[in-house]
Amino acid sequence: MDYNQLEYLLDHYKNPRNYGSLQNPDITHEEGNPSCGDVIRIDLKITDNKVQKVKFTGKGCAISQAAASILTDMIVDKDVNYIKEINKDEMLSALGVTLSPVRYKCGLLALKVLRSGVHGIKNWPGEEE
Amino acid sequence: MEKHKVALESLDPYRIRNDFPIFERKIRGKPLIYFDNAATTQKPKPIIEVEKRFYEETNANIHRAVHTLSYESTVLYEDSHKKVANFIGAKNWREIIFTRNATESINLVAYGWGLHNLRKGDEVLITIMEHHSNIVPWQMIRDRKGITLKILDVDDEGRLKLDELPRLISERTKLVSITHASNVLGTVNPVRHVINEAKKVGALVLVDAAQSIPHIPVNVTELGCDFLVASGHKMLGPTGTGFLYGRYEILNEMEPFLYGGDMIETVTVEKSTWNELPWKYEAGTPNIAGGIGLGAAVDYLNRIGVEKIFEHEREIVGYSLERMSDFPWIELYGPRGNDRVGVVSFNISGVHPHDVAGILDEEGIAVRSGHHCAQPLMRRLGMDNAVRASFYLYNTKEEVDKFVEVLREVRRLF
Repeated sequence: MDYNQLEYLLDHYKNPRNYGSLQNPDITHEEGNPSCGDVIRIDLKITDNKVQKVKFTGKGCAISQAAASILTDMIVDKDVNYIKEINKDEMLSALGVTLSPVRYKCGLLALKVLRSGVHGIKNWPGEEE
Repeated sequence: MEKHKVALESLDPYRIRNDFPIFERKIRGKPLIYFDNAATTQKPKPIIEVEKRFYEETNANIHRAVHTLSYESTVLYEDSHKKVANFIGAKNWREIIFTRNATESINLVAYGWGLHNLRKGDEVLITIMEHHSNIVPWQMIRDRKGITLKILDVDDEGRLKLDELPRLISERTKLVSITHASNVLGTVNPVRHVINEAKKVGALVLVDAAQSIPHIPVNVTELGCDFLVASGHKMLGPTGTGFLYGRYEILNEMEPFLYGGDMIETVTVEKSTWNELPWKYEAGTPNIAGGIGLGAAVDYLNRIGVEKIFEHEREIVGYSLERMSDFPWIELYGPRGNDRVGVVSFNISGVHPHDVAGILDEEGIAVRSGHHCAQPLMRRLGMDNAVRASFYLYNTKEEVDKFVEVLREVRRLF
């Protein structure tokens, strides 16, 4: 593996953007991956259907935590409906590295938390309840 | 005589590797370094060949049929039980019951013995370092029968607090179920001492030997345990193989676990009687090819010598600990002494174990990361997760060097 590929991801892991919590958030939601213990909590301030502010906290591997940093950066000032449009592939490619399939759930945890917290969507398109 | 001759020269892992076809495999173009042996071991050619030959030349269902193939299958399958019995020093091969794995073996005891012999007020003693497979079945029995589950603690290095035993064992104790070696720390427990204490109050003892039998000589007659369980696939055998040893008198009186074909003597619509041991506990068509493969694994281990395997592993684990303790950013778990099998659990400060394992995998090195099916122990030692490297007879110091080199790369990246 070319470890230079990892630099972008590791930068988000070591210097997470939007890290912390919001006072009086409009939406706050936390979920985890029970199999590995990773947890992400996302707080949002929504004004006029737009993400005005977003913060996250969490614990877990570099991939899950960096993905939260990258994702929260992606949605600031965006319409809340944009969150629905972000699909798995888009999230995974935003990480800048090719993950092995066993790590997909790490890379997708933040998006799962966000979709579930904002829109109540529990499943990925095409997956059974 | 033969044994003595074998012990003179030490094991040559490079020669042994030739027996294992998987080492021809490349992972992302790099040679496979397999350090996940506590989960399952790789399989040498003789075991693969035996299974293949069975399907090509002998395949038939065992017992009762008159035809040649069935007779041959039955003999091979029974012989495997005999090989396992000899391997662990059981006096009677009928005391060996083939299962899918150690987990199924413990469930067999929980359902067959626990459910029918334990009642409210009785106690079962386990330890905090058990694999989930030796915790969860007893929680089930506790909830159904109203017994109390007692837990023996470990010290901060991961050694059992034996001085607490007298407080935990009493006339109420009916079973002590304890692991011989920890799958997380490699600690080898003084099971003989625990068995002696249990016998004083008349409790039965189950030894979980899943992590010891592949690595150290184990003799049930010398130990004096009542039950012993192990997984065949952790000792070079095929997946889907494991066994239970139980004392003849106990197995004879216990209730069956699974009911149906082959485990019966006579069946009328009103009532059935049970087959003789071990078939009483092997309902349905068993994993015949796998069972025969397990016998071949025992032959292979005997040919190499388990003492020599232990000696080799001790050298590899000692070398790993020595190399790894050079780096203050590696936190090592488990005892520092010699009383351990080839398991090293550790963390790199500031790096999640899954990330460590991910980078190692990039370099073709297979380790395990996570809670290792021992969440109570992990919590007791104050960690959520850890990386575990576990060694076996085919691992080399050269592989350990490569492993340490990649750990330094992980440290540099993070």
